[in-house]
Amino acid sequence: MSAAGGLAERSHEENWLPILELAIQEVFEIMLGSKVKTVAPSEHAANTEFTAMVGLAGALCGILTVCCDGKTACQIATRMLGDAAGSEEQAADALGEICNMITGNFKNKLAGTDEQCMLSVPSVISGGKYSFRSLAEGGSIETVLLFEGAPVFVRLKLHR
Amino acid sequence: MDKVRALIVDDSSVMRKIVERSLRQAGIELEKVVEAANGAEALIALQSNGVDVILCDINMPVMDGLEFVRQVATVESAKGVPIVMITTEGSESHVVQALSAGARGYIRKPFTPDQVKEHVLPLLGKKP
Repeated sequence: MSAAGGLAERSHEENWLPILELAIQEVFEIMLGSKVKTVAPSEHAANTEFTAMVGLAGALCGILTVCCDGKTACQIATRMLGDAAGSEEQAADALGEICNMITGNFKNKLAGTDEQCMLSVPSVISGGKYSFRSLAEGGSIETVLLFEGAPVFVRLKLHR
Repeated sequence: MDKVRALIVDDSSVMRKIVERSLRQAGIELEKVVEAANGAEALIALQSNGVDVILCDINMPVMDGLEFVRQVATVESAKGVPIVMITTEGSESHVVQALSAGARGYIRKPFTPDQVKEHVLPLLGKKP
């Protein structure tokens, strides 16, 4: 069994969801000054108008995505930048950085993983008409947080 | 120290603005802020801009922050300029690599303005 497969298979047993939620809450509190709470994914329909992605490779292989609607992405950028925010490009950039920091913060909280795991630079898709397919199926962890009343979807898809 | 000239290297323009704001919140009076989206752009910027401090991400396209730090050592005009890494990469090995390459400080994202103050001010000869 590979190290990557081993970690991915252990994810649910070790219950990584609280670690992911803590990583999310810290990023929003420190970088946006916003205390967010997580809610059950089933309570909200996914909105993928903006999707930010960061890949993980090494001991932990997979991809972390952060999705929200355009208005929420703009609000995130505004909270990060203050009055300077406004363009769609800035909204995408801000969401990409949030995704990057959540991924890094999560990785750094997993004992024994941070030394052996690399992150990609973030990518952001604008527009919801796409389908996401992973070539190496594995487990996934998903949570939804409410940012200023709007849902933001965070999903960690792991490869075996 | 008088007004400070800073080079901020990050592939995110939003993050570059946040780092600049954090420097101002730390009480650093900025004379000039030079921005670069990756290490290669930063090396070019250093050819025509003297700076007093460099704040640099690690994960960037074209040239990452670790390679940039290694190459800065070969730029005559930038010798002795303190470099502080600001990055999501929090592993001990990244910290060791960065400090071995010549970085003088290491801040993990997400970060607060106080962390920037604590790491950058002493490098500029000021008390945090």
